[in-house]
Amino acid sequence: MDALEILFTASFWVAAIRIASPLIFATMGELICERAGVLNLGIEGIMTAGAFAGWFTVYSGGDLWAGLLVAALVGAMFGLLHATLTVPLGLSQHVVGIGVTLLATSLTYFIYRLALPEVTSPPKIEPFQPLPLPGLSSIPVVGEALFTQTPLTYLAFVSVAAVAWILYRTPIGLAVRAAGENPSAVEAQGISVTGIRMGAVAVGSALMAVGGAFLTTSAFNSFFFQMINGRGWICIALVVFGSWRPGKALIGAILFAAFDAYQVRLQQISGGIVPYQAFLMMPYALSILALILVARRATYPKALMIPYQKGER
Amino acid sequence: MRLEPKPAPSLAVTLLFPLAAIATTLMLTSILVLAAGASPLSVFYLVAKGAAGSQFALLETLTRATPLIFTGLAIAVAFRAKLWNIGAEAQLYIGGVVTVVLGTGALPLPSAILIPVIIVAVMAAGALLLLGPAVLKTRFGVDEVVTTLLLNFIVLLFVSMLLEGVLKDPMGLGWPQSQKVIAEAQLPRLIQGKRLHCGFVIALASAVLVWVVMKKTVLGYEMRAVGLNPEGARFVGIPVNRALMKTALLSGGLAALAGFSEVSGLKGNLTLDLSPGYGYTGIVVAMLAMLNPLGVIASAIFVAGIFVGADAMSRAAKVPSYIADVMVATSLLTMVVAILLTRFWIRWR
Repeated sequence: MDALEILFTASFWVAAIRIASPLIFATMGELICERAGVLNLGIEGIMTAGAFAGWFTVYSGGDLWAGLLVAALVGAMFGLLHATLTVPLGLSQHVVGIGVTLLATSLTYFIYRLALPEVTSPPKIEPFQPLPLPGLSSIPVVGEALFTQTPLTYLAFVSVAAVAWILYRTPIGLAVRAAGENPSAVEAQGISVTGIRMGAVAVGSALMAVGGAFLTTSAFNSFFFQMINGRGWICIALVVFGSWRPGKALIGAILFAAFDAYQVRLQQISGGIVPYQAFLMMPYALSILALILVARRATYPKALMIPYQKGER
Repeated sequence: MRLEPKPAPSLAVTLLFPLAAIATTLMLTSILVLAAGASPLSVFYLVAKGAAGSQFALLETLTRATPLIFTGLAIAVAFRAKLWNIGAEAQLYIGGVVTVVLGTGALPLPSAILIPVIIVAVMAAGALLLLGPAVLKTRFGVDEVVTTLLLNFIVLLFVSMLLEGVLKDPMGLGWPQSQKVIAEAQLPRLIQGKRLHCGFVIALASAVLVWVVMKKTVLGYEMRAVGLNPEGARFVGIPVNRALMKTALLSGGLAALAGFSEVSGLKGNLTLDLSPGYGYTGIVVAMLAMLNPLGVIASAIFVAGIFVGADAMSRAAKVPSYIADVMVATSLLTMVVAILLTRFWIRWR
């Protein structure tokens, strides 16, 4: 099979959409935080915690959906920790974010070791199964790619629509966007900037954790160390790439995932002439390239990373 | 709730708050120790004993502190100018690469010339690696946090490629590892037969040098001014972008020295597990030291002690050694709160 033919196979796009799903959840989560004015660098750790919490709930006998709920709650808790330190206390969002990532990751590993002291190969669970949507899934290529996925992938697409609708069509969304652009205007309306920002970070972090849980309950069937492997940082790049807009970020996530799926297949047909590491580098290099291309005309939320104190202009 | 600035804190307060942060960390991590079914007091005693309870333990702690001093300094320098260098891990590995490229026989020179040559080359390589993100930040407005983080993954894959390719040791039984550096490129041990090496002395000297640069030179003044208020710095005529470039060069160079010192002083060759995250732990080291270069020495020894002690403790008590990472992460967060409390009153209205 040559390099171009790959692009027209359904199995390639099925894989691309699957790879995109956790990125979509986490990118929407980060987007909500940043729209409210908070850069959440806890994302990598929160995804790790979510991946473990989801898997562990199912492993201990819980339902798959219960696993997702627990993951979301764990994510929201780490989000609240991040928000408490960065919003009312106004601490450096960079330092706190890295701290939350280190804490969430190390706590997860600690609890994993505590729960399964002697385990060498991680135990498996029964993950979400693909759920072909009748009719739609028989459309060639596009239908197969989009509608033969697990329920969680459909939920990822629903989350984009929901985030877009809430941000642009509801009063809460307006308040969130204003908290990231012009917080004193929000305060002038009698709405608490602190409350809006903390809520946005908690909800956004819950979505990030669900993105992590996708990996253990939908893509793979167990939890292992280093499984997030930089996906969180890539989501931060995707938010910039999407200019803080849910729809554009979705397209970015799918393009990125398609590229990731493509490099794996290229690797197979290259026959080992090019070192495999060169292919693995490409997604990270592509993220940096995307940032460079977009950054010049990127319109950051104006109050991003700027702490807000009541009564200040 | 409001934050109101306090008058400049006294020395006692400045010293008391970090201790309070550490005490809080111990209390919080006690919960995990209890969850593991052990007694916090005995576990913390075992950690302290494992870190400093014998000559062996103490030397091991200082050995482990050496790379952390370098990465901690790198972060302290960068964060002072609000250049968020999260890529010390990548700079460390590039330092290791340059050390083995030059140190495995390519340059047949006596030690007194070879080691300084390697040090200069290592620092240049690390400096260049951070210059990229710094240029992207100043010229294109690309956030350096994401670029430096992503570079960590790229560089680690690059190193993996080298270790399975051109740098692979033909006698390495197929393992992805480089050849050993020649005797002339090795840093001598400080005590015969022990692991502590001259890299530790170089680290101490670097901390003093960096302190002098930050306190007594124009560059140090510019870095602090840029970090405090970039607009104001620009207004008073400080070349902000150029100051950021110099900061990047210094920071990247220091982080790369961690890789040099680990290869040349301790491990002898380059492997993919050269660093168990020294680049990230350096962030904690720098914050615990409140970005003070001399404080970095103390906080690096403290953090190294937690890791060394927790390893020993984990073997004795049945508590996973990941408790060390939790303690280090928690102390980062309690420390930033403590620093805040030294500078502001919290007023509830």
